[in-house]
Amino acid sequence: MAMNCNPKDEVDGGPPCAPGGAAKTRRPDNTAFKQQRLPAWQPILTAGTVLPTFFIVGLIFIPIGIGIFVTSNNIREIEIDYTGTEPSSPCNKCLSSNVTPCVCTINFTLEKAFEGNVFMYYGLSNFYQNHRRYVKSRDDSQLNGDPRALVNPSKECEPYRRNEDLPIAPCGAIANSMFNDTLELFLITNDSDPTPKPILLQRKGIAWWTDKHVKFRNPPGEGTLEERFKGTTKPVNWPKPVYMLDSEDDNNGFINEDLIVWMRTAALPTFRKLYRLIERTDDLHPTLPAGQYYLNITYNYPVHSFDGRKRMILSTISWMGGKNPFLGIAYITVGSISFLLGVVLLVINHKYRNSSNTADTMAF
Amino acid sequence: MEPAGRRRRRRRRRGDGGARTVRSGLHPGLPALGSRGARLGLHGGCAPPAADNRLKTTKYTLLSFVPKNLFEQFHRLANVYFVLIALLNFAPAVNAFQPGLALAPVLFILAVTALKDLWEDYSRHRSDLAINHRGCLVFSREEKKYVHRFWKEIHVGDFVRLHCNEIIPADVLLLSSSDPDGLCHIETANLDGETNLKRRQVVRGFSELVSEFNPLTFTSIIECEKPNNDLSRFRGCIIHSNGEKAGLHKENLLLRGCTIRNTEAVVGIVIYAGHETKALLNNSGPRYKRSQLERQMNCDVLWCVLLLICMSLFSAVGHGLWVRRYQEKKALFDVPEADGSSLSPVTAAVYSFLTMIIVLQVLIPISLYVSIEIVKVCQVYFINQDLDLYDEETDSQLQCRALNITEDLGQIQYIFSDKTGTLTENKMVFRRCTVSGVEYSHDANAQRLARYQEADSEEEEVVPKRGSWSQRGSIGSHQGVRMMHRTQSTKSHRRTGSRAEAKRASMLSRHTAFSSPMEKDITPDPKLLEKVSECDKGLAISRHQEQPLAHLSPELSDIFDFFIALTICNTVVVTSPDQPRQKVRVRFELKSPVKTIEDFLRRFTPSRLTSVCSSTGSLATNKSNHKSGSSLLSNLSNDSVFLKLEERLGQPAPSLASNGYSSQAESWASERKPEPGQEQELRYEAESPDEAALVYAARAYNCALVDRLPDQVSVELPHLGRLTFELLHTLGFDSIRKRMSVVIRHPLTDEINVYTKGADSVVMDLLLPCSSEDARGRHQKRIRSKTQSFLNLYAVEGLRTLCIAKRVLSKEEYACWLQGHLEAESSLDNREELLFQSALRLETNLHLLGATGIEDRLQDGVPETISKLRQAGLQIWVLTGDKQETAINIAHACKLLDHDEEIITLNAESQEACAALLEQCLQYVQSRGPHSTPKKTEGNVSVGFFPLCSAPPQSTARGPSLSLVIDGRSLAYALEKNLEDKFLFLAKQCRSVLCCRSTPLQKSMVVKLVRSKLKAMTLAIGDGANDVSMIQVADVGVGISGQEGMQAVMASDFAVPKFRYLERLLIVHGHWCYSRLANMVLYFFYKNTMFVGLLFWFQFYCGFSASAMIDQWYLIFFNLLFSSLPQLVTGVLDKDVSADTLLLEPQLYKSGQKMEEYRPRAFWLNMVDAAFQSLVCFFIPYMAYYDSDVDMFTWGTPITAIALLTFLLHLGIETKTWTWLNWVACGFSILLFLTVALIYNSACATCYPPSNPYWTMQTLLGDPVFYLICLITPVTALLPRLFFRALQGSLFPTQLQLGRQLAKKCRKTLQTPKERFAQGHLPQELKAELSQGGTGSPSESLSKDCALQTSQHLQQPPVCSPEASGEPSTVDTSVPLRENSPRGSPGSSIPGAAVSGECPGHLRRKSLSTSRAAPLQSLFSLPNFSSLGCVSSLSLVSGLGSVLRFSSSSLHVDKRDSEFLSSSPQPEQDLSGLQRQATGYV
Repeated sequence: MAMNCNPKDEVDGGPPCAPGGAAKTRRPDNTAFKQQRLPAWQPILTAGTVLPTFFIVGLIFIPIGIGIFVTSNNIREIEIDYTGTEPSSPCNKCLSSNVTPCVCTINFTLEKAFEGNVFMYYGLSNFYQNHRRYVKSRDDSQLNGDPRALVNPSKECEPYRRNEDLPIAPCGAIANSMFNDTLELFLITNDSDPTPKPILLQRKGIAWWTDKHVKFRNPPGEGTLEERFKGTTKPVNWPKPVYMLDSEDDNNGFINEDLIVWMRTAALPTFRKLYRLIERTDDLHPTLPAGQYYLNITYNYPVHSFDGRKRMILSTISWMGGKNPFLGIAYITVGSISFLLGVVLLVINHKYRNSSNTADTMAF
Repeated sequence: MEPAGRRRRRRRRRGDGGARTVRSGLHPGLPALGSRGARLGLHGGCAPPAADNRLKTTKYTLLSFVPKNLFEQFHRLANVYFVLIALLNFAPAVNAFQPGLALAPVLFILAVTALKDLWEDYSRHRSDLAINHRGCLVFSREEKKYVHRFWKEIHVGDFVRLHCNEIIPADVLLLSSSDPDGLCHIETANLDGETNLKRRQVVRGFSELVSEFNPLTFTSIIECEKPNNDLSRFRGCIIHSNGEKAGLHKENLLLRGCTIRNTEAVVGIVIYAGHETKALLNNSGPRYKRSQLERQMNCDVLWCVLLLICMSLFSAVGHGLWVRRYQEKKALFDVPEADGSSLSPVTAAVYSFLTMIIVLQVLIPISLYVSIEIVKVCQVYFINQDLDLYDEETDSQLQCRALNITEDLGQIQYIFSDKTGTLTENKMVFRRCTVSGVEYSHDANAQRLARYQEADSEEEEVVPKRGSWSQRGSIGSHQGVRMMHRTQSTKSHRRTGSRAEAKRASMLSRHTAFSSPMEKDITPDPKLLEKVSECDKGLAISRHQEQPLAHLSPELSDIFDFFIALTICNTVVVTSPDQPRQKVRVRFELKSPVKTIEDFLRRFTPSRLTSVCSSTGSLATNKSNHKSGSSLLSNLSNDSVFLKLEERLGQPAPSLASNGYSSQAESWASERKPEPGQEQELRYEAESPDEAALVYAARAYNCALVDRLPDQVSVELPHLGRLTFELLHTLGFDSIRKRMSVVIRHPLTDEINVYTKGADSVVMDLLLPCSSEDARGRHQKRIRSKTQSFLNLYAVEGLRTLCIAKRVLSKEEYACWLQGHLEAESSLDNREELLFQSALRLETNLHLLGATGIEDRLQDGVPETISKLRQAGLQIWVLTGDKQETAINIAHACKLLDHDEEIITLNAESQEACAALLEQCLQYVQSRGPHSTPKKTEGNVSVGFFPLCSAPPQSTARGPSLSLVIDGRSLAYALEKNLEDKFLFLAKQCRSVLCCRSTPLQKSMVVKLVRSKLKAMTLAIGDGANDVSMIQVADVGVGISGQEGMQAVMASDFAVPKFRYLERLLIVHGHWCYSRLANMVLYFFYKNTMFVGLLFWFQFYCGFSASAMIDQWYLIFFNLLFSSLPQLVTGVLDKDVSADTLLLEPQLYKSGQKMEEYRPRAFWLNMVDAAFQSLVCFFIPYMAYYDSDVDMFTWGTPITAIALLTFLLHLGIETKTWTWLNWVACGFSILLFLTVALIYNSACATCYPPSNPYWTMQTLLGDPVFYLICLITPVTALLPRLFFRALQGSLFPTQLQLGRQLAKKCRKTLQTPKERFAQGHLPQELKAELSQGGTGSPSESLSKDCALQTSQHLQQPPVCSPEASGEPSTVDTSVPLRENSPRGSPGSSIPGAAVSGECPGHLRRKSLSTSRAAPLQSLFSLPNFSSLGCVSSLSLVSGLGSVLRFSSSSLHVDKRDSEFLSSSPQPEQDLSGLQRQATGYV
């Protein structure tokens, strides 16, 4: 490279290269690529050329927005805050920690029946599940049933890695802070009948299929779960060890769906997590008919200390998931704005077409 | 006037007092280093082992590669930064990513660079290997003969034997040559690109050796300088075993890399080998400059760093507060330290700060530097590949030597140009001369030159007639007096204009510099020719009388001397192609140059014979005996020899060579084949084109140089026969003396004559003062004043002038001078100084013979290029060493100066005068500036101005057009500290600045001044060694790879074949490179800021904990993989404005000068837009997923996708040209992202904590909301930008946008059916537009059909216009056809071509006026006119027609000539000659 004065230049075809051979010129190839003449589309952004884009955006977005909006509006959703910070709230009594277990009941009325499957969520606010150190504080290998990780969890779980020299299963801050309120739903069929009808809440099918079947696994081995989790201890905050989360074996231990759902850390400090499914049982009756319900809460989870809030949400779903008024409005708004801008451009294009040409002349 | 080829920079390198001693490598007995014999020792110092001849240019070895390369890479601050950040990641408290993963991009970048370095190093290694293994004959002590060795085995002190056409392996001291005179010719093209042969001489003391040089007997010690890089100097001495000392100089040294030519074989001793050779010491490798854009970019990178720190600090504070708030509240999500203790808010804040820096590191774009480098390499590739920058004549394209300042080409504000060889062709053509006060105008010669010009332009348009060798009638030339050596082949070369022939000619001139047929065939002036032959005849008759010259009239004798001087006062080497020189030579008298006083006495005493016989020179006895014998012979039988000569011309030497020589010749003759004595054309190889021109001119007058040896010059005259002048001394040209002289002994008069040739200003001062008393003196005076006036006339015509003078020395004077001169020559220390003084002593009291005017033709397209560059807003300064008048004239010719502009001339004799003048000029400029009311200059300021044409400059928007002409001396004053500001201020007001008589140093000082004071981007262009300093100082240095060697090219960043390529290089490629890179850099900043913005907004929702919702993989590889390709493609290929439009509208270049695309405002606007877009891209997903069960990475992945889409769409808005590559790149980016995401998300369920991305992407693809937000977010994010762009494009379009719109309109019209063009109809749209615009301002319509901007000052309104207005559409549309159709006001100006029928007079005048400088071709052979849509074929056709009509007469002549020549078999012969030549070099 650096050898400009070298004899090799001659070898490489420097100035005194032999003119005898075939006339090998250094003439560059006349190809479209090398000459930068590739066929090209050269859009020019002016009011005139751009305004169709705005109109098209407007015309596409507004119908989509309306569609989403309507769909979202058709979704039934009811949200009940049971944090109990208001003195009038039935759960207010549970704020002090001396009442254990504290059970409170909240009445609510469904104005309209909920058709189709109904999802029951618990919602938390001001809960930073996305905090960096919180998010890291877990051991996926342990949760995947790795026996080594079970007894020797990752360092990331500190300080919830060991308790009294026993490895914690599941380790880490996420598992330790698992939501542990119990929510039950009862329908008051009619005023005359005082015995409320409990609503069947499915505990299974609330987690991602892949989570339940691939990502989370109980430790391998024969015997009961308890044996398999031998040598580990429960997370500090938990009342029961992990193998006692549920009565059914396929929903117990690490593959307990409540745990799985909790372990999927929420993106934002205000979030909800799927708690139970209310499946539609028959086509004749709505899943949740209109009427009076009461919510029975076993209040364990302390959120008031950090100004958090707890909610219970019942929601039907549509093709686009849960209720989401924002997207529809956003589409309509953006579509309208785009349309408006298009009109502005149209005016400009009309008004300034001539003057832009004089600008041409002025500039040149 | 400086003969251009000799403008060598005088490098004086003092200080390395060390010397090197070299002994023969064959004598083991001597103090030796190493086993193979003594090499060298240093005087008074311990000797480092001398290098062998092995070449090693590699930087690394296998072992040292990794550490050394890493070390070098860490010189780049960015790399250190990224590595530090990656290392930071290893600290658990602050880590944001998996540590290994974080290292990946840095390692990737480092690895790519390392691989590149490795590859480069490997190719260097391979070429080293090839060179090291070249073979060469080296004398071996063991075998007592020359054996083949590799180059790398050569050591200092070895004897090497080289044959013709071999490349010299090391710096070798020439000890012996097959040439009887101890000469050796080398070609230094590899070293400096000069193709003429240089003569080297055997060391004195060895040249006289009779038998073949035997290395075994070499016992001398050579002392010389330490290795240095000064090619033009070598000093030392050789100490023979008997204690004798002889000086060595550069004529004795053969430099590595040169090629032996015309010499059978030489032997030498290696002085410097390997890396100590001058060639390698001169090799400084490619240059690294930092472009302005990059500097600005670095500044913005610093802003980004600041921004990064601010964001991190903000986060840190936020996190501290957050921790304090939630810690005491025992929040469930607050994770204590590992030991269970809680983190104090301050510590948490510090940790957060560091982690934030890691997370946000993307803000400092790691891939930016790599991408920029890739883009630049591609840009360089495309510039190299541009067909329009390829010069067919020289078969060379543009070379980019500096890889990283391409974008600077788009921002140039000042161009500093050399004149000779840059604006002009540096092909010197003898134009006219004056002898003894009589002017010979050489009209026929002028016509001949004009014809070349015509031929040039015709050949462009008319179908090239390859093979039809037409000869132009030599009107006015005297066939009978053609030179005897003028072969048919030169005749057939007469029409050089045609491309094919030019190519052939240039192939020829590869071997023979400066000898295109145009320069060779000079049509003599009949009057002068008559006089020359008269004195030739007269002398032939009176040659045997005592004073032959006295019989001639003074005028005739002056003429005779004049031509003798032209012929011999030079260093031209006569060669005949391909064969060693002595074949051509006829040797009469052999004398070495006068070397000693004894020698002188011996030769110049009357009893020459006896003294020679009694001389006892040990070595030379034999030879001088012979010599004197032969000289005796020639003295005795002059006549008979001359008669014989006629017959023997072709088959010379052997028969005449006497015994002493034949023995030597035989010893060399092993592989020499006797060649038939065929008549060969003599070639003149000159160091400078001026010299060649003069020799060819003399030859046209039948005074032909036929041979040149170091001691004699032979001149052939028709009647007088061959005259052999004994060459006593040659005092070479230097730029301080500005002249050269030869000292000869005249064969006819036996007098010692000094012939001096030099710049008129110098020579005129050295003339013998003549008294006005006697008649002779008065006559002389008259002659001088006449000559001076002719000289002025020549200068005004733009000719280069040289004065020829002579001095007759008496023997006493000569002896006296010789004494001093010999002392000077033999002095070791101060040789150059003393020789200079000695020359000054000789060159006085001259007798003026005459003067010559040499034309240096303008290169093709120079005026057009200059006017384009002007339109592009470039200020052009011409810095030349020429005299003022010549410079002004050339400046007029190339349209640098206009006749209607005022010229301020600064010629000051002293500092004070200069200051006063400057002051006055400034006052004047200021007084006329603001009011723009031109005052009559004569009245106001009289001292410094002479308006050449005091027509009031039109008060246009451009302001008053002023030009500044300053000469070297005033420039020196003006560049003083106290005046430079004023000078600059004045120069800034002027449209063009012309510095005459400037030295190389001044040139560079001017450039430096402008660069530092005006903070302007400067470009220096030049072709010669005297431009090197200027080229190096300027921001961009451009070298012209022309006639004068490669020194300028070696120093340059870009090398172009011709000046006119500068136009495309700057206006097209410069603009593109700048605009592409500027946009890419802006885009990079935007991209990174926007991406980092997303993360930053998230901090508000994660407690400022430096958490990232975007998966670490995406975060790390996003820049490197997903979003890098499209921007690279755009950065490489995007064309904001097409080349044609750029060339058509050079004003567009100004956007680069003003840094319109990448200025701080653009940067900050970009950042604001990035912030906005990131807000949109963050909050739309935020709102869409607010209070939902989405998890962090299922939410982050759509954001990543959105970001990618937004980037691509943004790039789409910014991309001006969409080729399929752009589409593919964008598609590839999206696909790559999807593929990577899908694979990554299904690869491992438990890996990559903490993100756990398992099956995320797959789930998302099943979620309609994902698609919905992917649709709305990018659109929303980009709506404002698109709207703004559209508004701006409509309301306040920039020049560039206008240019694009214009080009688009042109294209549209082109797309309309072609037949309409053919029929001469106007495209409908165009017509409509015309009629629409016709009612309004006429200039409106002009702009619509992409007419050019008119440069109003250029021309007066044309003569006839009524016809034009009669058919307005036709005329109007034909306007844009022409490249720079000047029109004062629309409608009144008609291009000459279009209305030629109505207005022939006007056309002719125009054409004629342009024909000299601007060949007709420029009128219609627009290289791009096919793509310039608006060109209606109507005007095209009429243009063609008129041109055809115009040139029909010349065509006619042409045809006749071709018939005349068609029977000639010459072309074939010529071709075969060429082939033979070619094979000779293979």
